[in-house]
Amino acid sequence: MSEASPIGRALAHDSALRHVTGEAVYVDDMPEPARCLEIYIAWAERAHARVKRLDLAAVRAAPGVVAVLTNDDIPGVNDISPVGRDDEPVFATGIVQYWGHALFAVAAPTVHAARAAAALASIEYEDLPPLLDVDEARAREDHVWPPGRMQRGDAVRALAASPCRLDGRIAIGGQDHFYLEGHVALALPGEDGEMMVYSSTQHPSEVQHMVAHVLGVPSHSVTVEVRRMGGGFGGKETQGNLFACIAALAARRTGRPAKCRLDRDDDMIMTGKRHEFLVDYAVGCEPDGRISAVDMTFASRCGYSADLSGPINDRALFHADNCYFYPDVALVCHPCRTNMVSATAFRGFGGPQGMVAAERVIEEVAIRTGLDALEVRKRNFYGPNERAVTPYWMTIEDNVIERVVAECEKDAGYGARRAAIGRFNTDNRWQKKGLALTPVKFGISFTNTAFNQAGALIHIYKDGSVHLNHGGTEMGQGLFIKVAQVVAEELALPLERIKITATTTGKVPNTSATAASSGSDLNGMAAQAAARELKARLVAFAAEQHQMPADAVDWLPGRVRVAGDEITFDQLVHDAYMARVQLSATGFYKTPEIHWDRATGRGKPFFYFAYGAACSEVTIDTLTGEYRVDRVDIVHDVGRSLNPAIDMGQIEGGFIQGMGWLTTEELVWDKEGRLRTHAPSTYKIPTCADRPEIFNIRLLENVNPKATIHRSKAVGEPPLMLAISVWQALSDAVAATAGHKHPARLDPPATPEKVLMAIDRLAGLA
Amino acid sequence: MRQRLRFLLGHEPVELEAIDPTLTVLEWLRRVAYRRGTKEGCAEGDCGACSVVIAEPEDGRLRYRAINACIRFMATLDGCQLLTVEDLKAPDGTLHPVQAAMVDSHGSQCGFCTPGFVMTLFALHQNGDTALSRGRIDDALAGNLCRCTGYGPIIEAARRMRETPGAVAHLAHREAEVLARLDSWRDGETLAIGEGGRMIYAPTELDALLDLAADHPQATILAGATDVGLWVTKQQRRLDPVIWLGRVAGLARIEETEDAIHIGAGVTYAAAHERLAGLWPDVGELVRRLGAEQIRHAGTIGGNIANGSPIGDSPPWLIAAGATLHLAHRDGRRSLPLEEFFLAYGRQDRRPGEIVEAVSVPKPEAGTELRCYKISKRFDQDISAVCAGIQLRRDGDRIVEARIAYGGMAATPRRALRAEAALIGQPFAEATFRRAMAALAADFQPIDDMRASAAYRLKVAQNLLLKAYLEAEDATSPSLRLAGRREPVHV
Repeated sequence: MSEASPIGRALAHDSALRHVTGEAVYVDDMPEPARCLEIYIAWAERAHARVKRLDLAAVRAAPGVVAVLTNDDIPGVNDISPVGRDDEPVFATGIVQYWGHALFAVAAPTVHAARAAAALASIEYEDLPPLLDVDEARAREDHVWPPGRMQRGDAVRALAASPCRLDGRIAIGGQDHFYLEGHVALALPGEDGEMMVYSSTQHPSEVQHMVAHVLGVPSHSVTVEVRRMGGGFGGKETQGNLFACIAALAARRTGRPAKCRLDRDDDMIMTGKRHEFLVDYAVGCEPDGRISAVDMTFASRCGYSADLSGPINDRALFHADNCYFYPDVALVCHPCRTNMVSATAFRGFGGPQGMVAAERVIEEVAIRTGLDALEVRKRNFYGPNERAVTPYWMTIEDNVIERVVAECEKDAGYGARRAAIGRFNTDNRWQKKGLALTPVKFGISFTNTAFNQAGALIHIYKDGSVHLNHGGTEMGQGLFIKVAQVVAEELALPLERIKITATTTGKVPNTSATAASSGSDLNGMAAQAAARELKARLVAFAAEQHQMPADAVDWLPGRVRVAGDEITFDQLVHDAYMARVQLSATGFYKTPEIHWDRATGRGKPFFYFAYGAACSEVTIDTLTGEYRVDRVDIVHDVGRSLNPAIDMGQIEGGFIQGMGWLTTEELVWDKEGRLRTHAPSTYKIPTCADRPEIFNIRLLENVNPKATIHRSKAVGEPPLMLAISVWQALSDAVAATAGHKHPARLDPPATPEKVLMAIDRLAGLA
Repeated sequence: MRQRLRFLLGHEPVELEAIDPTLTVLEWLRRVAYRRGTKEGCAEGDCGACSVVIAEPEDGRLRYRAINACIRFMATLDGCQLLTVEDLKAPDGTLHPVQAAMVDSHGSQCGFCTPGFVMTLFALHQNGDTALSRGRIDDALAGNLCRCTGYGPIIEAARRMRETPGAVAHLAHREAEVLARLDSWRDGETLAIGEGGRMIYAPTELDALLDLAADHPQATILAGATDVGLWVTKQQRRLDPVIWLGRVAGLARIEETEDAIHIGAGVTYAAAHERLAGLWPDVGELVRRLGAEQIRHAGTIGGNIANGSPIGDSPPWLIAAGATLHLAHRDGRRSLPLEEFFLAYGRQDRRPGEIVEAVSVPKPEAGTELRCYKISKRFDQDISAVCAGIQLRRDGDRIVEARIAYGGMAATPRRALRAEAALIGQPFAEATFRRAMAALAADFQPIDDMRASAAYRLKVAQNLLLKAYLEAEDATSPSLRLAGRREPVHV
């Protein structure tokens, strides 16, 4: 047994051995129970229409069909809105709201039979004009959630008084999650209205509540379990509800187990994506590059229902400052309704879009003042005292951005490379290089304060083996190994003694989604509390046995020492059991200090911030718009890392995912509101060769000043935004084609087409 | 006719007498064999989560190739060994070096893509490639998508796998046995297998193939299934019958004469790659970026032509190089210039019962240069928005011949006759190419779609003419391309 603490060790993912052998079980890999049915969901091929006739007689009569489900088969409440808006029926209720809206479902022994049957439906639509344009929705004040506002000072007056005012608009594209495992749920009916659901979800408690709601049973009758997901990224925070509910409806209706698994195309068509935003900005600045005022209006494409669009729009505003102090500021968001799939959570949750807008503003100021963009960034960083207050009136207490950026600048050799790139651009007519160093400051906590709670349950069995359960879910991010490390540390046991188990609503109730990068912060603390409780009981027992005070018991790796006696952990556990000491404990945690009032736009929504900086160099081909990312240097702050291997994986993976969002991942909807990019043949996430040839990542030496789990910091989302440096480097290279006289105004995703067209636009200005 | 499909699953012989003719290997693995380590990520051969390895005898040894199980039909496993992620670990539980290297490098996060990566790396490992460069690794892994890691740890695993200890003997010791078994199965019989009256035929002789095609003029002729597979998985089409030409040895041959190269319709991209790269470096680069290894191991140049897609990457360069297409029917053969084969969108000059037999391409003459460009959102494993083949012959300072063809610019792959006319007989100078660029606007009226706008298509197609000039004008200047030519990495 190793005596070394597991905290801070670069341990492998707990499932790594099972991943590489194919033994890791995902929902679709579980052995199907006898008589299991498979479900195909038929969806509407209209963006907006009245269903005049839905004749399913031929579907019901088709070979193999066991059940056809419609809204008429819902015994409970026909609504799965995760925010209680009553705007998401299970199946479209008379009016189709987007291309891909579920109409009915077919259950048959195989999904092939179900799908073939579904194609026999006779559907007549009366077309209604689809609302597809965000500006139009905004003009109509057609919102899925009330607009939000944050302001400090008087931006209008300050803009008017600024020596220089710049206005512009940026359109920021959405993003499909492209988790490799599509949505899937398997429902098993039980006695007395019970339902067991295996779901690929980041939020088992919500799936439980939704299934209960739809079935019309109390939540206690529904159990939801998830061992692991094949990726989530926010796409499985609310979007799994529909499929779990339909599987449960089929199971309830037929009395047979039922599985609902989407193929890639249906998954991409039917489930929500990252929000697209249109941002109108006005910035006032001084000749030295200091920003005096910022006024921004964010309008987002939310799709047909609210889903999480309200808090996502809010988080865009929370990050519209990135690392910069705006002396006078007004930020507004308009969550706009459109006849499209409802946009949803995606790694960063609106924050990345806010930050992109902030960096566009910096780009504009840099071009206007002729200063290097990095210098403009530095001159506007948050500082001490009155320069530490955000647009939402929170005072930043843990600012390390200057140090992070300074280290990144040094690692990257920014100054020398800026000069070298200038020479390259002078010498090369057809290729241009760009360089950008961008910072990240990301607020950690759910902005809905109530969600910042977590529970854990730990059992110690008589043989001394430990069973660990908590409310967090594993989607590949390494949460389970991190929490196990925390428990192993508390109990001073080797990791292999701790069994990591599937997340199930039957063990820890009312959990929050594994989201907002909060997984290890919340569940790590809850598990630590449970472990400490067990340890305290065992210490008390050992002390009592030896008639000594508790502080005379030394808790050592695998054993305790008391009054000169050493008792192994296993013996102690055995003796404690015989003495009727309870060997099961729950733990609970709620994040302190935080509060937020949306009505006033003021509060302290975040417990702390995570920081980082990235420097990217790119080369563009000015004849085709093609580009290559040549080098990236990253310095990122994870506080005191619980597991550097896992954290490095999150940083690198998040960066590449963010790079995809800002470069090649383009969602294309046609004029009818139909998504045209619904498979990897048309939707292009980064491949291996897109990883920069030179890619240096370093963890910042830092300790979280807040009392988080072992003083670590959340790492799930913040690194995604480091990729803004790639987009800014591309913008820099485009601007170089016209001598940096005009901003590139390269709207993300910066596909080769967008790059070439931006070059073309600048050539036209010359 | 043989009515029994035979292959090895790992080391277990599998013999099947009735099977749906278009049942995919992935469906069979997951639903029948219950080998669920192999995943479905996209069902179109684009993500690699379903990657498995097929071993086939070649020159007295086993040659291992990663393929996409999701679009591979079961009958095409005849006479092969199929290896899945479940086969890699030794019976005592010791990991294969590829698996161990993936664990050591933290190469998995969510783990769903991992079995596919493991199998792709396993094929690389089995074929003995050593000292893998970054370019070689990128090429090998281009067909496997990972959404979690950012690829760095997987690249690291690929670099380390040769030095990582692990179990290899359990596979290596049985190679001779596998070879012997597969050899013993080799026959000249046509495989004919089906279910519910629907059939797939796999002849071994060209005459038998032509008979089948003539007798079943409605048949789907199947080569690599890299597109036909999607008719089944994406469009739920029920094909009947299917005639697979993958066993016809005569069609898998490449023959070179003094002035031409003949490529049989069954030749895969992978098999042709090196020969083509030797004659035309740009074609080598084009093929390197066409699909990914899994696709290139299955897909054929003949299929790419016969399929008639306006965005296939083979026709533009073949047309530019002056290729001739050879069609065969039981009642006779005919040949035509390749560009004449493409009649309209989705319509080719292939008569009932006729098959594409081969394409022949004249070898480059002195003074002739063929340049190819593939424009797509992503460099690797992407379908072209625009694909260009530009062949120019110069006599001194004058352009004496120009053959230019584009994909993605019209409903079929097509020549740019007006642009060609603007070049022929003119001085080799930027001004000449600028005029050809202007003429190109009259050659094509491209469309907007999810890959590119019409405006971009036209603009980039024009710029590629300029690029061809610039590259030819100063062959010594640093590369004007960002993709490709990183290093020669032809397989």
